[in-house]
Amino acid sequence: MEITFEHVSHIYQPNTPFAFHALKDLSFHIPSGSYTAIIGHTGSGKSTLIQHLNGLLIPTEGRVKVGDFQLEPGKKNKHMKDLRKHVGVVFQYPEHQLFEETVKKDLMFGPLNFGTAETTIEKRIPEILEAVQLPEEVLDRSPFDLSGGQMRRVAIAGILMMDPNVLVLDEPTAGLDPGGRREMMDMFYNLHKEKEMTTILVTHSMEDAMKYADYVLIMNEGRLYMEGQPEEVLIQKKKLEAVGLDVPEMVEFLSMFEEKFGTKIPFHGQNIKELASDMLRVMKWGKCDE
Amino acid sequence: MNNLIIGQYVPGESMVHQLDPRTKITVIFFYVIVIFFANSFFSYFILAAFAFISAMLTRIPAGYIIRGLKPVWLLIVFTFLLHLFVTKEGDVLFRIFSFYVYSGALIQGFAISLRFFLLILMTSLLTLTTTPIAITDAIEDMLGPLKKVRFPVHELALMMSISLRFIPTLMQETEKISKAQASRGVDFRTGPIKDRIKAIVPLLVPLFVSAFKRAEELAMAMEARGYKGGEGRTKFRELQLSSRDYALFISFVFVLLLFWWARA
Repeated sequence: MEITFEHVSHIYQPNTPFAFHALKDLSFHIPSGSYTAIIGHTGSGKSTLIQHLNGLLIPTEGRVKVGDFQLEPGKKNKHMKDLRKHVGVVFQYPEHQLFEETVKKDLMFGPLNFGTAETTIEKRIPEILEAVQLPEEVLDRSPFDLSGGQMRRVAIAGILMMDPNVLVLDEPTAGLDPGGRREMMDMFYNLHKEKEMTTILVTHSMEDAMKYADYVLIMNEGRLYMEGQPEEVLIQKKKLEAVGLDVPEMVEFLSMFEEKFGTKIPFHGQNIKELASDMLRVMKWGKCDE
Repeated sequence: MNNLIIGQYVPGESMVHQLDPRTKITVIFFYVIVIFFANSFFSYFILAAFAFISAMLTRIPAGYIIRGLKPVWLLIVFTFLLHLFVTKEGDVLFRIFSFYVYSGALIQGFAISLRFFLLILMTSLLTLTTTPIAITDAIEDMLGPLKKVRFPVHELALMMSISLRFIPTLMQETEKISKAQASRGVDFRTGPIKDRIKAIVPLLVPLFVSAFKRAEELAMAMEARGYKGGEGRTKFRELQLSSRDYALFISFVFVLLLFWWARA
């Protein structure tokens, strides 16, 4: 589903001493089936932004369009439940939302709320379990008996069970070990590819944004600071550092390489191996093109 | 939830904010007692003036306070109407259907509602300008003499400050979880009562789980830092009366004298 923000502003607790302007005149467009990363410092408005995607928050000004749904200030949307069925949100530490007696019941909770037939839901379970790499044995266990990483997978599976068109991920790997982190990010990427889900990833990790996203939005103090393809945006060291963000390690490495050896290797989104062979070429022949 | 300001603290630098919490508690304590002795126009006027001047000195926008007391207005109006129809003193002013409204009733209605309003206004001024921690510190200090009879004052204050400290945390947690569950299709706001009550379970279970976890972690952290409470423990922020506090005491005594003189 396409997502469009038109001059969206959001103020928390307006007309009180606690009024807080979280989003300021935000406009952007996310095409259907894309993978977009949203990056920004703590307090830059990322969480507020994603809560507009499934109608948990309504803009104080402007308009949000998600597919055929529209969110505008002052208007009650009667189809909120439909919207939420299409837009699955995985919040930070999603394991905190588990509550049922068994994993199976928790997985079925979301789709049942949206009125999906029980038989349809049951058919989905094996597929989803496979996607999140959980064994079938966990189905009858209590979610509270599982390890932290497994709980997270169950919670994510609970969202995927709703079969959403848009998947919003708010730092889904926070608190996981590096191995688990990579596994989970790869899993989301595969789901994105297989199901053609529009994916929106909120992250602090420039590496993840570089590796997975086709488009990045950089937020600062409630405004859109930069946007574009990761290979273009994430190499602008000075501009990123001005808002307290780092460039990806690889870009950092290349700039140090240039400083030390005086040769520039252009960055166009190579992975580590490609970069290594580029370097080899530079060392051998003094240039990176063949 | 967000509209009710009772118990809410609004940070600020005003004179009232900087008063010692003990001073504020003492003054409000006596104010609350004294207001029940008001019985003439001037006595009410003096107390009302004191409350309004205090409210102004907090530098909190008046609109915010008035809107925050909105749920209380209903109660005040109800009190007024109740007195209007029940009291039968003075002359009959007019008649609504079969109810006679007496002049005494009108006065009584106004007086009682005003009393009620001032009570709530003054007590909310305390919480609006004082952090919960400062209030518990003050209570601990003021209950100090009870230590002589082995009353666990420090433990009580600690329990109070811990529970106050965790109210915002739990509120945040509630909001977070309810948003997560709303994203999974739980509807807390519409639908039949039966369904809405059922919708609380997915909210309460995770909330309790995390509250227990938090309590355990807090206990562990306190023990790890060698906390053993009460006796011999020093304070980072010592409560200290300043000239500002004495000035308030003196003017409050003056107000009380004036009040006594103005009573009928």
